[in-house]
Amino acid sequence: MTRLPRTALFLACLILPLLLMLRPAPLAAQDASPLQDVLQTVQEQVASPSRAQVGTVLDALQAADAPGTPDFLTRWAAREVYERPEDGLFFYAAEGAGRDLTLIDIDTGAEAGTTTTRDVNQIRVNAGVRREIEAALVSFELLAPDPARRSAALASIARSPEPDQIPALEAALAVETDAAIATRMARLLDLLNARFASDSATRVAAIDGLSGDISTEARRALNQILSTRSEFATEIPEGTNVARIRVVGEDIDLIAAYERLSDAGLAQDRPGRNAIRDALRANVVDGEVAGIPVHRLHTDEMRREAYRALEEAGTVAPLVTTADMEAAVAQQVFFDAYLEPDSAVTDAARAALDSTRATISAWQFLGITLDALSLASIFFLAAIGLAITFGVMRVINMAHGEFIMMGAYTGYVVQTLIPDYTVSLVVALPLAFAVTFAAGVAMERLVIRHLYTRPLETLLATFGISIALQQLAKNIFGTQARPLTAPDWLAGAIRFNDIVSISTLRVGIFVMAILFLLLLLFILNRTRLGLEVRAVTQNPGMAASMGINPDRINMLTFGLGSGIAGVAGVAIGMYAQVTSEMGAQYIVQSFMTVVVGGVGSVFGTLAGAGLIGALQKGIEWFNPANTLAAQTYMVLFIILFIQFRPKGIVALKGRAAGD
Amino acid sequence: MKIDVSSPAAPAPVRRSFLRDNPSVLWFMGLLGLFTLGVTVLSEGMGVGVISTSLVKVLGMTLCLCLIAVAMDVVWGYCGILSLGHFAFFGLGGYAIGMWLMYARTEIVIRDNLGRGTIPPTEAEVSEAVAAQIFGVVGSSELPLIWSFAGSLPFQLAMVVLVPGLLALVFGWLAFRSRVTGVYLSILTQAMTLALSLYLFQNDTGLRGNNGLSGLQNIPGSLHLPQSVISVWFFWASAFALGAGYLLFAWVVSGKFGSVIKAIRDNEARVRFLGYNVEGYKLFVFTLTGIISGIAGALYYPQAGIINPAEIAPIASIYLAVWVAIGGRGRLYGAVIGAALVSLLSSWLTGGGAPNIDLGFYRIVWTDWWLVLLGLGFVLVTLFFPKGIGGLFDYLVRKS
Repeated sequence: MTRLPRTALFLACLILPLLLMLRPAPLAAQDASPLQDVLQTVQEQVASPSRAQVGTVLDALQAADAPGTPDFLTRWAAREVYERPEDGLFFYAAEGAGRDLTLIDIDTGAEAGTTTTRDVNQIRVNAGVRREIEAALVSFELLAPDPARRSAALASIARSPEPDQIPALEAALAVETDAAIATRMARLLDLLNARFASDSATRVAAIDGLSGDISTEARRALNQILSTRSEFATEIPEGTNVARIRVVGEDIDLIAAYERLSDAGLAQDRPGRNAIRDALRANVVDGEVAGIPVHRLHTDEMRREAYRALEEAGTVAPLVTTADMEAAVAQQVFFDAYLEPDSAVTDAARAALDSTRATISAWQFLGITLDALSLASIFFLAAIGLAITFGVMRVINMAHGEFIMMGAYTGYVVQTLIPDYTVSLVVALPLAFAVTFAAGVAMERLVIRHLYTRPLETLLATFGISIALQQLAKNIFGTQARPLTAPDWLAGAIRFNDIVSISTLRVGIFVMAILFLLLLLFILNRTRLGLEVRAVTQNPGMAASMGINPDRINMLTFGLGSGIAGVAGVAIGMYAQVTSEMGAQYIVQSFMTVVVGGVGSVFGTLAGAGLIGALQKGIEWFNPANTLAAQTYMVLFIILFIQFRPKGIVALKGRAAGD
Repeated sequence: MKIDVSSPAAPAPVRRSFLRDNPSVLWFMGLLGLFTLGVTVLSEGMGVGVISTSLVKVLGMTLCLCLIAVAMDVVWGYCGILSLGHFAFFGLGGYAIGMWLMYARTEIVIRDNLGRGTIPPTEAEVSEAVAAQIFGVVGSSELPLIWSFAGSLPFQLAMVVLVPGLLALVFGWLAFRSRVTGVYLSILTQAMTLALSLYLFQNDTGLRGNNGLSGLQNIPGSLHLPQSVISVWFFWASAFALGAGYLLFAWVVSGKFGSVIKAIRDNEARVRFLGYNVEGYKLFVFTLTGIISGIAGALYYPQAGIINPAEIAPIASIYLAVWVAIGGRGRLYGAVIGAALVSLLSSWLTGGGAPNIDLGFYRIVWTDWWLVLLGLGFVLVTLFFPKGIGGLFDYLVRKS
């Protein structure tokens, strides 16, 4: 076997904890003979290892596959195994005080008495043997009967690929029976071959095997092959694998190009503006530089003139003009060269990377779409309660955001009382609804009822309530953010591949948004309450004369809208953090969602949320680093949008429009 | 001045002189003059020193807030447009003047530093050093395009008027043209404010992102003067601006123009049917108040010393509406009372100036409870005193 570097030992350390966790059930362990027995069959070779003989030991261990073998191999290589001369048994040992040693049984891990270093032989493994052992360790794991151990070994190879792992992988792939693991092995082998194989044909074949692969590791490997360095020469040397030639003035700045020449000592240093100034400063004589008074040196032209005068006197290095630079640079070719000398390999890698581009864009688009959907569902959740109160009742409720906050704090309080996250979530959702429903009804009865004829003042009065509630929350819960933890089954993420993944929580919020939409449509269109709500919305006077009590309907509608805000608050609290200001962050966006969507329509709100979510993510795609810019442009878009559709996407028509 | 909000169809008064028609303007001017005189005499910089420099600044800033409140009152109380965006204009005015203050002062400091070398600096060196000094915090050293004329005071003073004015003109034209009214307009103006503050929060928009502009209290050209004197100057300027603005608005809302905008407030459709160009009137009021707000901001921020995008956040404009509503809409002095009372009370109570009240079982800490009180108080005012504090004057006038 070839040489294994020290990293393999590190690798082994990475694998081991995994293996200990994945150790097969005790039943399987009993089937295999204990490690000590196996070792005793090759006692001599273990006790005095040599390169020629170590293969026998490894074969024996491989054949027996006793539990603890990898651990033993690691310790053996690390000179931590001791032989007791009396009976030839092997032990691990823990060092005590002085020369005392506590022997540890290899199989059970139990203490097997104390002794001194004089009474046992430490088995000294030389460097050559150690490499053999370490190589064996990798292939040992790759050939292990337990598929989980083989997968773990592959994962650790993928984490830190080394050229020396190629033979072990090839051997393992030849005998692998599990189809999934075999695929993974073949791909890893491609990855390793693409980077480390010795002959060009194997590498090109391996790279071709990676084409179309959109995983991060494959792309990273390909990009590594394609890494370049910037160079220049009078003529491109024979055998250079040129990535591209840089044209001075287009691909590379003239000054930058010249400075690279002067850095390399091929051209005289160019005195920049600062250098000219410093040179002049150093040559001031009696308030003059080369006959020019200092106070006149406040323009670049005068300074250059003074510098030329100094140059003629020979006191300073000559000025480098643009023509000088052009002449110097023209003699050189500036180019980027691949670190990889073989152009066949780099061409293949370039082609392989290019082949993935379209697929990656498609996946990225899918990722953006998912993000936008998720954001839209959050906007929808935040806005849907508002769509009821604002849309159906034409009441501006600036405290809507605070109802969201109240819901989130309800969730937090429930979670402090009930430790099980799933149960507490189940309790918190209806409780949040109840709390905010009550708050909404109280607010409607006490304040809003009196202001139905003065909508602008409703806006202000509810704003008063909003700042009071916000400050109250701050007084009760403090200013720092409170955690609202999602249950474990919502905490993970759903991964499609290395490019697209979405957290389960976002999916949960999406599902919740859909449930709310259906529930609300059902209530408004299929229940008595919904019928009465629509009647009161369209014509309160007529509804009242039909025996509907508008007061009661208004109260219930407002309570419903507020209650939904509370439930949304629990969801948003899990997604973001619970603070007293969390509601205020959503209020403006929520209003815009409702206005853009079209007041008085649930589908309108859905469309509005979808539009705003898609827009924000879409703009973010063009400028990923800057979410603020995305929000700014989104708001600008909305302002313009309302110019063209003042009534929103879904505009009510006829009498229901209420103009 | 006595404007009866509830009965728009008051009998047309006989044509008299403007001031005789509006005695409250005279009263207001007199009180403002007395107040200015009193503060000057008691100030640290010019008088006996009873009023500290920081208090003079607070009072001067309050006068600026009163000015924007008067503007808000005209656009909302008289014309019926609940704009939740006037603080954006206020902030823009502040940014416009702040750019000059910051640039000119930095330039003086830089010239001083570079001038100490044996060779005088070139213009390019100065402007590069200034840019590096100002924009170092946002990781840039280039002067953005909008700062090209920041060194020129006349240009930036023009910007104080032009930027808010143009924004108000364009936004108002778009909004009124498509007949966005009522709460929709409020939300739209709020969206504009939000967009502006989000825009300013970005580091690469050339106004130092969330750091804002700072050191505005140092006036270039008067760096040798103590703050105590400068504070009184600004106090005078603010008082003059408030007086002039009050006079202007009182004149605008009286007479025929005032009647038309009040009619628009009360029934827009009817005014339109009478043949008036409603959009034109609204646009004029919106733009004029926007410009005055910008001027108020340009006077406010040199006294505050710092401006950052948080000042423009939508909530500030809502507070403005709260002040006007508490003071009393539809009467200019009401806006002044509301703004002065609420903003001074707020800074007194949240600044820890007020003693906490010990109830035995609970200790009322004003910094914690002031906003709760303001919020609830505001609800009560809206519900039971729609005329605000200014409405109390009606009782006085009726009794006499």
